Amino acid sequence: MKRHALSTRLWHWLNLLCVVILFMSGLNISNAHPRLYWGGWGYSAADAWLILPRFPGWMTIPGHYSLAGAREWHVLMAWPFALGLLFMWAAMLLNRHFRRDLVTTRDEWRWSAVRADIVKHLRLDFHHEGSKFNFLQKLAYGLVLGVLLPGMVITGMGISPGMEPQLSWLIDLLGGRQSVRSLHFLFAWAIFTFFVLHVALVLLSNPLKQLRDMITGGRDAA
Amino acid sequence: MQRRGFVAGAAALFLGACSKVADSSAGQSLFRASEKWHRGAQRLLGGGGLVKEYDRSEISPFFRGNGSQTVDTPEYAAAQAAGFADWRLEVTGLVTHPLSLSLDNLRRLPQRTQITRHDCVEGWSAIGEWTGPQLSSILEGAQLLPEARFIVFRCADTLGGARYYESIDLDDAFHPQTIIAHALNGEPLPVRNGAPLRLRVERQLGYKHAKYLTGIEAVASLEGIEGGKGGYWEDRAGYHWYAGI
Repeated sequence: MKRHALSTRLWHWLNLLCVVILFMSGLNISNAHPRLYWGGWGYSAADAWLILPRFPGWMTIPGHYSLAGAREWHVLMAWPFALGLLFMWAAMLLNRHFRRDLVTTRDEWRWSAVRADIVKHLRLDFHHEGSKFNFLQKLAYGLVLGVLLPGMVITGMGISPGMEPQLSWLIDLLGGRQSVRSLHFLFAWAIFTFFVLHVALVLLSNPLKQLRDMITGGRDAA
Repeated sequence: MQRRGFVAGAAALFLGACSKVADSSAGQSLFRASEKWHRGAQRLLGGGGLVKEYDRSEISPFFRGNGSQTVDTPEYAAAQAAGFADWRLEVTGLVTHPLSLSLDNLRRLPQRTQITRHDCVEGWSAIGEWTGPQLSSILEGAQLLPEARFIVFRCADTLGGARYYESIDLDDAFHPQTIIAHALNGEPLPVRNGAPLRLRVERQLGYKHAKYLTGIEAVASLEGIEGGKGGYWEDRAGYHWYAGI
């Protein structure tokens, strides 16, 4: 059996492309109105709970300020991003990747076990027995796959005025349109944080093998 | 510093590739296709549903103006001084009965008052109460010819030397919450918000809501109208024609 299923590998790289383009075009969109608000409305600096810095061109798509150009990319990549996520969830449930590798057990939530896992991570010791992922990995992947990525799709639809007739209940539930926009930005930065940690941990744990395995599938240790 | 240089270098390569795609005709047609998919998906899921209407207590303390905040002509100044008594809204194009409506004519049509949220493409929102006749009742009075597929809105304001204009399809034109507003929060429309008349097309972003309306034109195609892309920002900056996204 391969270490990573074909569906996982295909989605992983497609999702990387989508997330990078969505994030970089999102920073250009952020520059158009770099203020975040809570509630149904908000339009001035006095209403804002956070005023973001201006992101330089090399961090954004396109490389110069263009709200229209950034929206073209953002709106285009939303499709493979959302459909890819749907595909990955279907595949994970069908091939049992979710049940086998991502579902945590009650034992793993015990504070002593969590603490031991954190200490091991801080020592850069990534060896673990039994399941494929350790607790912190399961938690991170579960949070990304179950909350942050779907959260981006849902909040993205929520700030789309064409979806207002069917999603106004959801927008109310999340505290209003500007709250939904704030959440969209917060989730994006949470995914960015995961991305940085994920790449850092790969670099610390046999990066060439990890990279090769995520392309070819590798061989299962068990 | 070196690592940062590497990241910036990789970003530059990636940005170069992205701009190549964006500038290519295949890239452009992909962008247009995704805009159509969004429109199709939203219409499929939403049908003719209404956007949320708010309570009076939820109206924002101020309704910001954006884009043109006035019309910089002596004619407009004179019209404003006269309380827009002679302002006309011409209904032309592919209609059986072209109309020329005064503000009084519009106020005498059945009125719709709705408290809705305005979402600017840049990201801010404001909530206000709008009053005016439904666009559908004006179009029913003029009687569209079967060839009519789009409604074009002509405006008095200019930005950067070009006339502002916008267009929507018949799905949005006949939506119950699409109105020609003459009042905001119970008062005649302020100049910054488009006095004396503006479009409210609630399922789309702010740049669709044309201000300082002078005309409504029914057309079969947007080709040949101004820049051909269906609106001022669409022509000038490449904004999506469908602004429901």
